[in-house]
Amino acid sequence: MDVVKVYSTPTCPYCIQAKDYLKKKNISFEDIDVTKDESKAQEMINLTGQMGVPVIVVNDEVIIGFDRNRLSELFD
Amino acid sequence: MAQDIFDLVILGAGPAGITAAVYAARKGLKFRMVTLDIGGQAGWSGDIENYTGYQFLTGPELVAKFQEHMDHFGIDVSMPEKVVGFKKEQKLIKITTDKDEYLAKTVIIATGKRSRKLGLDNEDQLRNRGVTYCATCDGPLFKGKVVAVIGGGNSALDAALQLVGICPKVYLINISDKLTGDKVMIDKLEKAANVEIINQAKVSKIYADNFVNAIEIITSQGSSKILLSGIFVEIGLVPNSEFASIVNKNSQQEIIIDQENKTNVKGIFAAGDVTNVIEKQIIIACGEGSKAALSAFRYLSTNNF
Repeated sequence: MDVVKVYSTPTCPYCIQAKDYLKKKNISFEDIDVTKDESKAQEMINLTGQMGVPVIVVNDEVIIGFDRNRLSELFD
Repeated sequence: MAQDIFDLVILGAGPAGITAAVYAARKGLKFRMVTLDIGGQAGWSGDIENYTGYQFLTGPELVAKFQEHMDHFGIDVSMPEKVVGFKKEQKLIKITTDKDEYLAKTVIIATGKRSRKLGLDNEDQLRNRGVTYCATCDGPLFKGKVVAVIGGGNSALDAALQLVGICPKVYLINISDKLTGDKVMIDKLEKAANVEIINQAKVSKIYADNFVNAIEIITSQGSSKILLSGIFVEIGLVPNSEFASIVNKNSQQEIIIDQENKTNVKGIFAAGDVTNVIEKQIIIACGEGSKAALSAFRYLSTNNF
């Protein structure tokens, strides 16, 4: 089973779209709101060297942004 | 191998492109959508109160409804995919992207607009490392940090208002002699204790290690350095029309269309904010997308390929 995490903010449209996309595919994920937890925001920044959301982690792969083509390669 | 020929390729999936796709699906056209994102500028919109049928909804909510509408017709979107080449080959149009190549009988360009950049050397490198073009998206990540908003129009004022509540200090750096946005917003900002408005100022440098740590601004008094963590650039929009060098554009680089959404090149149509259409509104972009799809359909049925 894939371990999926989504670092997001509640207001970012691509975060909402990315999470909707995963839900539609019935992929369970940990939803991390970086605005609620500064240590998680820092964790995301350390992981990617940047501050843009969403960041989607699938097992060991870190995907910056809502890269739908990559996600469909992984999950279809 | 013989390449598939599409009836229509739609570039962009904002309100114009999505509406064109819905019409194309209903007409049974063989088409493909190529885009960098879904929703375009509508996705970043806050409150929408002028889209008929909905008294109130947010940009992301409207885009989710657009997505449902596409899903209903089984419309697939390739995303992100960027157009890198665009030319006419006899009667067909050849589109080269960073992923693939397509031949189409017609094309609708609905690529919209994007944020204008400051034009500084290290700006692209520092994008998402302190430089951002979307306060709605990234604002919350700058909670507790000193930031600057660059610009003086409504989108700059809106960005500043979103940030005053979460940042200890917000600089508003504006190139003209006064702010040009709505008075209601200017009044609110002038009342906020943590906002400093600097008019007639230009950002000349961004300082950074890995992340932004300061900017240099130039005013009539000379240059000065401001220590901060975030820069929100809100200085207007530019059309995503660079790839379309074969169609005529106006001085603002918007694609010139006639009332049937035709460009000067046969088979190439355009719709929405990337064009010279008189108003830039979500509902107008939708209407333009439908017009372009119907024009393309008419062109397909009256031409032999």
